[in-house]
Amino acid sequence: MSDTLTTAPAPTPDTSKTIAAVPKGRTGAARILLGRDAIMIYVLVAFVIYASIAIPRFASPVTVGFLLLDVIPVLLIALPMTLVIITGEIDLSVASIAGLTSALMGVLWAAGWDIGLVLLVSLLAGVLAGAFNGFLVAVVGLPSLAVTIGTLALFRGLALVVIGDNAVANFPPELTSFVTSKIGSTGIPTVMIGVVILALFFGVLLHMTPFGRGLYALGFSREAATFVGITVNRAKFWLYVGTGSVSALAGIYWTLRYSSARSDNASGLELTVIAAVLLGGVSIFGGKGSIPGVIAGVLLIGTINYALRLGRISDVVLIIVTGSLLIASVVAPSVFDALKRWQHDRRVRRSLPQAALGNQPTP
Amino acid sequence: MTQTPATQNPTGTTTAGATASSQKPGQRPSNNRTVGRSVASFMKLRELPVTAALIVLVVVTYAANPLFLSPQGIKDLLLNATIIIILAVGQALVIITRNVDLSVGSMLGLVAFGTGTLFQVMPDIPIIGAFAVGMLFGAVLGAVNGLLVTVAKVPALVITLGTLYIYRGLNNAWAGGTQYFADDRPAAFGSLSVDTVLGFPLITLIAILVVIAVALYMVGTRPGRDLYAIGSDPDAARLFGIPIGRRVFLVFLANGVLAGLAGVLYASRFNSVGANTGLGMELDVVAAAVVGGVAIFGGSGTVVGAAIGAVLLTTITSALTALRVDKFWQQAIVGVLILAAIIIDRLASIRTARKLRVSEARDV
Amino acid sequence: MKLIRNHTGKGKTSRRVASFAAIATSVALIATGCAGGGDTGDGGGGEAGAGGDMSITFIPKQLNNPYTDVVLGGGEEGAKEAGFAATEVVGPLEASASSQVSFINAETQAGTNVIVIAANDPDAVGPALEEARAAGAKIVAFDSDTNPKYRDVFISQVVAKDVALIQVQLIAEQIGGAGEIAILSATANATNQNEWIKFMEEELTSNPEYADIKLVAKVYGDDDDTKSFQEAQGLMQAYPNLKGIISPTTVGIAAAARYLSTSEYKGTVALTGLGLPNEMRPFVKDGTVTEFALWDPAQLGYVAAFAGMALADGSITGEEGDTFEAGELGEREVGENGIVIVGPPTQFNADNIDDYDF
Repeated sequence: MSDTLTTAPAPTPDTSKTIAAVPKGRTGAARILLGRDAIMIYVLVAFVIYASIAIPRFASPVTVGFLLLDVIPVLLIALPMTLVIITGEIDLSVASIAGLTSALMGVLWAAGWDIGLVLLVSLLAGVLAGAFNGFLVAVVGLPSLAVTIGTLALFRGLALVVIGDNAVANFPPELTSFVTSKIGSTGIPTVMIGVVILALFFGVLLHMTPFGRGLYALGFSREAATFVGITVNRAKFWLYVGTGSVSALAGIYWTLRYSSARSDNASGLELTVIAAVLLGGVSIFGGKGSIPGVIAGVLLIGTINYALRLGRISDVVLIIVTGSLLIASVVAPSVFDALKRWQHDRRVRRSLPQAALGNQPTP
Repeated sequence: MTQTPATQNPTGTTTAGATASSQKPGQRPSNNRTVGRSVASFMKLRELPVTAALIVLVVVTYAANPLFLSPQGIKDLLLNATIIIILAVGQALVIITRNVDLSVGSMLGLVAFGTGTLFQVMPDIPIIGAFAVGMLFGAVLGAVNGLLVTVAKVPALVITLGTLYIYRGLNNAWAGGTQYFADDRPAAFGSLSVDTVLGFPLITLIAILVVIAVALYMVGTRPGRDLYAIGSDPDAARLFGIPIGRRVFLVFLANGVLAGLAGVLYASRFNSVGANTGLGMELDVVAAAVVGGVAIFGGSGTVVGAAIGAVLLTTITSALTALRVDKFWQQAIVGVLILAAIIIDRLASIRTARKLRVSEARDV
Repeated sequence: MKLIRNHTGKGKTSRRVASFAAIATSVALIATGCAGGGDTGDGGGGEAGAGGDMSITFIPKQLNNPYTDVVLGGGEEGAKEAGFAATEVVGPLEASASSQVSFINAETQAGTNVIVIAANDPDAVGPALEEARAAGAKIVAFDSDTNPKYRDVFISQVVAKDVALIQVQLIAEQIGGAGEIAILSATANATNQNEWIKFMEEELTSNPEYADIKLVAKVYGDDDDTKSFQEAQGLMQAYPNLKGIISPTTVGIAAAARYLSTSEYKGTVALTGLGLPNEMRPFVKDGTVTEFALWDPAQLGYVAAFAGMALADGSITGEEGDTFEAGELGEREVGENGIVIVGPPTQFNADNIDDYDF
């Protein structure tokens, strides 16, 4: 019985290869070029190239103009939404804030107020709406999903109360034509300048400031964030003020672009924004995501949308494609993770002492 | 020393054990205290606020316009609520396990149009057959959701957002511009939603039976109570040995079946079924569940509460019209109700947590 | 708050590279634009050569709507007869104000010669239509008008006033000349419905025959089946003495009919309006509805297509007095404000409802 203890000496395990405790992350070039954001950007470029070849008239400044004009509201709202989702919260009321802003603009303009004052008050309304959300989520501590479902209904309801079934259309033509004007002959809308500035602002805020990096920590846990130096409640409050204000900007843009203030403007936009943000690589659990990825996600959905319209393919296809993309984008990482884990497990099993002993006769 | 169970039981009331710990084992509590405790636990029922709101609403509207509760009026109220009740029950199941299902509107649309098509293709199919096919169809749709959520371990919010789009797209692709009208379905099927049993609409009875069945399941069976555990603390549930994957899959399947049932009933009650049937219903259903006391983070609330929430929300629309109040206020009021429900829920859980903390400190 | 240093420094770099890549993509997008810059000049004008190369696109309020499908069927037939080389139908799946704009933009870019549109909102589609016109397209509005300055002609199914008068006449007959009535319309902004309602109200106040009829409510079902159904319910509750309902929209009248026929009000409350014969047949047969009106929707699309061709090849400009041939239907004249009338309305009742199939 005790022969095995004295006869053969235990073979030394092969220590020439070290096994990391967890699958190693990529480093260097692989990390940049194969990261989630980069993949989104490749897909976007690939689709743009494909569409330019396959769909007539796609490759022209006119496309850029119309496409960007269509995409701006989603792009605007997606920026602060990224920050909110990274901290593990969510805001479903953004489209309703945009609609409320639009309704306010219509009513105040029809009442004869000066247009500058109208814009200011509408923007302020968005800030207040965001602050209301922020108060309930950050200060009172209510779950953001439920709160923003409630404010989604509340703000859209207020929009209905404010403007009813009417539509206001006679906004100053200088303003409406400015919103749809393009820079020179490039086809890029003039308002893109403002959008790019906002994108840079949120990009820098998230990726290059301690506050932004603290948000990632917040996505993992409150304690981690507090240790990193973030005042959790204050941060969340201001993030919701951010989504509220930017939603108001989107509402103002929407009203001026279509020159129409109605209570149902931007209806349903929140789902498009969330789909685009998730597609752009932001994890719904929080703690992961980036602005460039989100921008790529928004542009991808917008480009597919526009390309299908130009090719006169039914919206039905677009809806199915969006839904499938969304599911694929979240299922694929899970599948890859499972694959990596399986590979790692196999590697570990092969390098363990038992493996080296495997061929010896059992005692 | 009596061990006090630390879990909150499904109706949100603190278990009797928590307050009985100060007594010697074996001693019967005095009658006064039993009555007092019953009243206290009644007041803490999660369903109380929403039921109270419903009663107040009905009474106030009746006082202003007695027609509101005329026999036709009551029938209308009940019939309007039926479909949302069934959907809210399914949604409550899903939310209790800490998930959400945003695709219910699209599922209902698909099944409703499917029912219309079924009667075109097989006009002589018995009505019970149509129900069976519809619910089976719903089961398949729900199973897809369930599989993706459990196997891919992806949050239900994302998955069901994706299937919301995909199912709606399929509905549009299948139906195109075709719409089936009441005439295309057998008269007997259409009159299902008109027939009454002792003055009570038949399909509302079906809805109530569904509520009772599911409620009994949740309270009385092991798998039902497991759902609360999964929603409260998935890690603890896993350690405890609850087969989370299987339970969650079945919950989504059940939600699909209920959405299928609702779809068949929709085809019976309303005039046309087509590509846009059920569009936008999902948020109403989630709102009904939340207003009815189902906590969005899972682990508490009951299907009875969700059903009452559904009745409340549909009654608001009719009440506003009967009161000749501008219908524009309706959505704002719904928003306020949702926020109120969440705040009440939060206050209640803070109070319970404090109570448990105090009682546990006392035990040590 | 201490400044956090990323020790490896790699995070920063990868972020910067990714941002650069995003900017590069945008540049690439713009570059494709510049590369295809030669296309801007072509716009729509290039295609409008000989009459045989013309293209027409229909943009209804909403796809997947049975009434719209009949109109479009007539439109496609008319387009073929009128000589269009390509006919397309595009549109949103939901009838909202701004949803049509991106379709108009796509048509502008594709260089379509004629755009036929039924507007969800008369003004929201304006700027996009102006851009289309600048690119050389002719704009025909049908079914639901846009603001007149954005279109060349408007094809109206019937004289708006006639539609209103007939419905008032029908309801007056059906309620015995006196009582309370209500209107169940589509969306509150719908141009066509609002115009008819305006004429109805004028007629009710000015015509001494209708002095005993009182219009007590106007409700909006948004062309949604469930909503219209509930609005009909609400009407009966809020106005217990209601004797008649006018619903000048096919979705509204069908939903109201379904409600009335399954309630205690069947036979006691009159219902009329504009409905599709196929949808309304069961309700006429079971007595809920006595008589209602409509026109042949296919003719609407048919005439629109011919009007489009006439505009595109220059035979008319949309001025008052212009005339054009509308195929089998004969000559049509452009009236005041650029409006073309298709024909008189038809009344449907138990005697003739089986003769129609739409």
